[in-house]
Amino acid sequence: MQMRFLACVLGFAVLGAAPAFADARSDAKSQVAFGIDVAQKGLWKEAIYRWERAVEIDPTYAAAFNNLAVAYEHEGQLDKARRAYEKAMEVEPNNLQIRQNYELFKEINDRTAADKEKP
Amino acid sequence: MTGPLPTRKSHRRLIALSAAALAATVMACGPVSYEIPIETPIQPKLDVTPFQRVLIAGFVAGGTDDVDTNQETVRLLRSQLRSKSSLRVIDADVMPLLEIAQEQSRATGTAVADASSATARESGAPQNVSDRDPKAAGQGLALPQKIREEKDLEPYERLFANTAYWKRIGEEYQNPLIVTGTVLFTPQSRSGFVSRDVEQYDSFGRRRVIPTRTYMERKGFMLRPKFVFIDGRSGATMYSESYREEVLYNAQQSTPALSSYFELMDRLVPNFLSTLSSQKIRGTRVLLK
Repeated sequence: MQMRFLACVLGFAVLGAAPAFADARSDAKSQVAFGIDVAQKGLWKEAIYRWERAVEIDPTYAAAFNNLAVAYEHEGQLDKARRAYEKAMEVEPNNLQIRQNYELFKEINDRTAADKEKP
Repeated sequence: MTGPLPTRKSHRRLIALSAAALAATVMACGPVSYEIPIETPIQPKLDVTPFQRVLIAGFVAGGTDDVDTNQETVRLLRSQLRSKSSLRVIDADVMPLLEIAQEQSRATGTAVADASSATARESGAPQNVSDRDPKAAGQGLALPQKIREEKDLEPYERLFANTAYWKRIGEEYQNPLIVTGTVLFTPQSRSGFVSRDVEQYDSFGRRRVIPTRTYMERKGFMLRPKFVFIDGRSGATMYSESYREEVLYNAQQSTPALSSYFELMDRLVPNFLSTLSSQKIRGTRVLLK
């Protein structure tokens, strides 16, 4: 009887969390979409703000991390860009578009790092 | 008799409606990826904030006689810096560093010789030049008159370590950032197998590109510059960077040395500029929904 009650509570908890997760993803999606709109208009700082909000709301949203990395790259914040790309790759390791962005980023970043290492 | 027909019709209509609904949904959702151009700013490798002016002094240059590499390098770098850097470029005569280094070397040699003959007089040893310690006499000498290959440049390196000399130059031009170094521009010829794409058409007229290996004799040039950045206030070297670029053409093709020189310098100039001023690297990335 007690076991049945516990199973019931667990079931309700799972069912209750699902809409909450869906809400979070939906909020994050609207932030990402708005970020894309403003980035296309050249407002990269606003885009960064939106995508930072998106990853706060949903830390498993690979696209938001990818976009954030692109924006950091555009702003010259290369360390932050690397971290964001790595996070995006960690969440979605098989996403070819994220991988392609990351490879292009690495080409620039590795070059500047090599230059810094020279005496 | 007429029974099955409406059923098939309604089935088709259902498929059509589903397809339309799916298309409408896709249209409403919009694309999931957007290609966007970006410009990544790259910080300069050297902190040039203490300087307002830059002196491209001159280069110890060698290799082919077809191009005055010292003059051309100074002229090119000055014009690039004028348009792509915030530093004011000093217009001054190009320094003949090869001759300057040789003069410095002769002066050092004479000083060494004088010192060693004075020592010899005091000790009663023979004063003949040939009797002198060749190592001591040779110190500062042994600069090749003509620079043909890389090892000829090595003895000239000490010119850039002569802080007193560069400090004096710095004082003369009110303490600018001084850019100098060595440039070697040499002809190259090489023969061997080269992979090339060859177009072929089959009997149906279809075009195919087949990679084939052919033996070729090729001629061209190699450019090896080393840029040395000197603090005009102290005469000390702040930073130096070496590059190597090569271009080879078919042996039958006749390309003037000067155009090859510019072709190779074109590849290096962005790297040179990125030492002194921030650069923007253009590219495209994909934003995702």
